[in-house]
Amino acid sequence: MKIEIDDFIVRYFTLIRTVIAILIGIAISVGIIILLVASPGGSITSFLLGPFSTLSRIGNIFEKASPIILCGLAIAVSFQAGQFNIGAEGSLVLGACAGTAFGLAFHGPVWLEIPFVLIVAAIVGGLWSLIPGLLKAKLGADEVVVTLLMNYVAFYLAIYVVNNLIRDPNAGFMASWTLPESAWLRQFIPGTRVHWGIVLGFALVGVVQYFLYSTSLGYEIRMTGFNLSFARYTGVNIVKIIVISAFITGVLAGIGGMTEIMGIHHRFNWQMSPGMGWDGVVVAIIARNNPILVVFAALFLSYLRVGGQILTISSSVPAEMVNIIQSIIIILITAEAFLASWKTRVSIRRSLSARAAA
Amino acid sequence: MSNLWSSILSPLFVFAVFRVMTPILYPALGAGISGLSGSLNIALEGIMLVSALMGVIISAVSQSLILAVAGAIAAGLLVALVLAFVHLNLKADIVLAGIALNLFASGFTVFLLYLTAKSKGNSAALKSLMMPTLAIPLVKDIPVVGQMLSGHNILTYIALLAVPVYWVIVNKTPLGLRIRAVGQSPDAAISTGIRPDVIKLKALLISGVFASLGGIYLSMGYSSAFGRDMTAGRGFIALAVAVVAQNKPLRTLLYGFLFAAMFTFAVYLGSIKFPTELIQTIPYLMTVIVLVVYCLIGRRRPRPLQPAEKDASEKPA
Repeated sequence: MKIEIDDFIVRYFTLIRTVIAILIGIAISVGIIILLVASPGGSITSFLLGPFSTLSRIGNIFEKASPIILCGLAIAVSFQAGQFNIGAEGSLVLGACAGTAFGLAFHGPVWLEIPFVLIVAAIVGGLWSLIPGLLKAKLGADEVVVTLLMNYVAFYLAIYVVNNLIRDPNAGFMASWTLPESAWLRQFIPGTRVHWGIVLGFALVGVVQYFLYSTSLGYEIRMTGFNLSFARYTGVNIVKIIVISAFITGVLAGIGGMTEIMGIHHRFNWQMSPGMGWDGVVVAIIARNNPILVVFAALFLSYLRVGGQILTISSSVPAEMVNIIQSIIIILITAEAFLASWKTRVSIRRSLSARAAA
Repeated sequence: MSNLWSSILSPLFVFAVFRVMTPILYPALGAGISGLSGSLNIALEGIMLVSALMGVIISAVSQSLILAVAGAIAAGLLVALVLAFVHLNLKADIVLAGIALNLFASGFTVFLLYLTAKSKGNSAALKSLMMPTLAIPLVKDIPVVGQMLSGHNILTYIALLAVPVYWVIVNKTPLGLRIRAVGQSPDAAISTGIRPDVIKLKALLISGVFASLGGIYLSMGYSSAFGRDMTAGRGFIALAVAVVAQNKPLRTLLYGFLFAAMFTFAVYLGSIKFPTELIQTIPYLMTVIVLVVYCLIGRRRPRPLQPAEKDASEKPA
């Protein structure tokens, strides 16, 4: 029996570690609530169980998750290539802005509008992300610093376009004109705002999963991330891999931002950078860059967000608590040595008892 | 247009450049010292943010500047310590840990701001103090120069003093020698009995102090209150400054001044009806461009200034 438990721990160590990190994060949030709320019982329940209490809240989880899934995929591709391209936020905003502008100007057949708008957002997002990719691949400019800075540039550029080209003066705040209904992604579950963006997200999870694990280009991307020198030695064109992975990151992020606008807001109305690109980083880290796990990580993060919102309404605890615990969770997950000594102990015990049994 | 030039040629322009430079120079020195030890400190942004808020809260509660500065530096040090612990002891990738800490700082400061000032935007409701400004005797009476150099916030002068302090730490102390040794060749350092982790820890902590001072200046000098995400990427710009300055103090000061001059110039462009949104892109865009030009020029010669000698087998998360 003991041996079986040890076997289980060693085999699923990464998963167990992730679960423990998440539990620690949740424990900390419960601690914060206890500290801040006089009678914490109800608040804790509404934070943890509230998101499942009504259909519309369950819907909220899926609505929020749909752009985050795409951003998580975006970041995962670059991270798999060993590139810290964290420019998803910029690609998302700029892609969404370009897609919105295109959608407003579009005069072709109605059924072409949705695919065209998405393609424009994808291309603009991809091209934007291509810049740090090229700078890294050709000049060795650190992609972390470049993408961090370019996120700001992208946001202000988008605001410029909205304010000067597509602003709806009657909105009363900074927002573009509303997209024609032919560019909306239909919300298909009554009582929620869950829209076709999530279906597109799931489909792209499949595509990215296939691409990374079943094509030679995907293999080269993973090999480059796993061991750059080895990849170069075996003839992988590193420059090509860096540039392509950066482009894919931007494409996915651009689509993510656009679906959010086509499905929820129907106009570009972000007064500040929406942060979903950063959620993508969080989700990619929790999912360890695995496309399928990205879905679960995104749903988990959205669940926390919805819980945080319910908590804010029912108590004095600000929803930003979720940002605190999400950071603690990803710190624990990135910490390679977190629980590593425990694993070593279990492994040794397991091999000792296996030898004793033999 | 002539208005623009006359305002740029006025001593007030130089005064403004010093103001803009201060919150870039501090984290740039911080980026420099951790860069010398071989760690890319992405968390400067978060450290500044935490210190900026702690300074405001502590000064509002205690009405003491000394306590506020001490508390804010302590808070910044704590963030730097967490980064060092997670990176050095728990073996997290420093870039990912840095990103995580920045996200933490952004959420944590808004969280704390809401609890203390009942606002998610700024700390206007708190009666926080400002760091004093200083009129320099004699210098203030010199016509043009006085207007440029005198009357700055005390933290601006301390920032200028931090440059030689940095030089002394790096070039004249055993710690500085070790920091450089660890950054250039960890293996060689180990062979002489240096423990790279301890040295990197110290470098990150010093880096944290510099960044904290920058944060305090933002909320208690540059502006009179804390604002949500008020660092606005200065920690990232500082990383670029440190790369271009090759982690050298005098160059950091020169590039810091140059960057600040460009940013101030951009603000002045507003007076000729240049679109505001585009003006706001200028600091970030300029920084990227300078970085690119630097990489273009440096492509042919070996680059000892790479912040970290990244292990090729290292893989995110």
